[in-house]
Amino acid sequence: MPIWRLTWFTVACAGGATLLVLPIGVLIAWALARGSFRGRTILEAVVTLPLVMPPVATGLILLMLMSRRGPIGRVLERVGIDVVFTWKAVVLAMAVMGLPLLVRTARAGFEHVDRRYEQMASTLGAAPLRAFLTVSLPLALPSVIAGAVLAFARALGEFGATIVVAGSIPGATRTLAVAIYTYAETGRDWEAVTLIAISAAIAFAALLCSNALAGKRLA
Amino acid sequence: MIDLAIALIQGSFSLDFTATLGDGVSALFGPSGAGKTTVLDAIAGLRLPALGRIAVADRVLFDSSTGINVAPYLRRIGYVPQDIALFPHMNVRRNLLYGRHPGTSPDLDRVLRMLEIETLLDRGVRDLSGGERQRIALGRALMSGPSLLLLDEPLAAVDLPLRRRILPYLARIRDDLGIPILYVSHDRDEVQQFADYVVRLEAGRVVGKDRKDSKDLKI
Repeated sequence: MPIWRLTWFTVACAGGATLLVLPIGVLIAWALARGSFRGRTILEAVVTLPLVMPPVATGLILLMLMSRRGPIGRVLERVGIDVVFTWKAVVLAMAVMGLPLLVRTARAGFEHVDRRYEQMASTLGAAPLRAFLTVSLPLALPSVIAGAVLAFARALGEFGATIVVAGSIPGATRTLAVAIYTYAETGRDWEAVTLIAISAAIAFAALLCSNALAGKRLA
Repeated sequence: MIDLAIALIQGSFSLDFTATLGDGVSALFGPSGAGKTTVLDAIAGLRLPALGRIAVADRVLFDSSTGINVAPYLRRIGYVPQDIALFPHMNVRRNLLYGRHPGTSPDLDRVLRMLEIETLLDRGVRDLSGGERQRIALGRALMSGPSLLLLDEPLAAVDLPLRRRILPYLARIRDDLGIPILYVSHDRDEVQQFADYVVRLEAGRVVGKDRKDSKDLKI
């Protein structure tokens, strides 16, 4: 598999994972920053879990849930969707591993927005959804984007969960991180080093972007 | 007619406020820490009283005995807080039009002329002077077509010459638009010059009420 295809596949999956996780992550970040509801601390812990658990363990949990006998996989199979050991599993693993980083960064952004702006929006007749979309989200946007870039960078390097739930099928599920491991294992050191350089360059660019945005807050 | 009975406890501070105000300009007068802003927040629906009843022009906004609590965005209460809180990510025009409500909002040109802010429309809110910000915040609240206007120390943050310039604008709002105004201040001269009714608040309790037509305001 040519290097450019491997790179493109990985970047596309990481991009897809980021888009998938963005609406959910923003919603959770908002709820954690502003909401007072039962189970708030539990939600916070569950979202943070992939950050502190061994990625292989997260991968195994995903495998159990998504396999044909698993509770979610069984339902999806009925509508003809197969996830495990396909590119969809790659995206899923990347999304789950990126979620905590997005939520933590976006949450800090929402907490930084002065509540007074949201209150003013409400006195001016804006229903909660409109106040969120026109005031809170734009004011927290640099942090939301920074969190998304961070999740993207994390997704690019995802290894442990991916290899368990998606495997390492050349041309189908093999990502840069998995390919680096495979090349290193089989003594193809130069190819491994090339891929390391590519991974580092993409991640470095993404992180620079994230830091620049996090520093640029509107409120 | 504005009918207010607000009781709430917040830490060691307790507020017990009862007043019936006419349709002109009412001043809530008292030292800082007396609970003046808390009263405004409760009327706007930004703070929930433990007990009481809030009715503006015969419309009940809150009544603890019947469980009525109208959401802030449905109350139609214009609010200019002490910190002004113009939306920093919008220019003057978008701030002014944020709360525009077809049918109830006054004509934009009329508000622009009245507050002499025609030339500021395309400016960013960060570039405005203190007096300009004050007038934009007044305009923004007016453009939402409120049935009551709450002003929290509108002149506290501005110096004396500017104070003299802004006071006539407040008088114009009172005279031209006929919107009742509840106005918080700790400045005796300002209150005597501008208010028709005065409620004096100290440490969360009403300690005096007066009307302008009883010759001199005894405050």
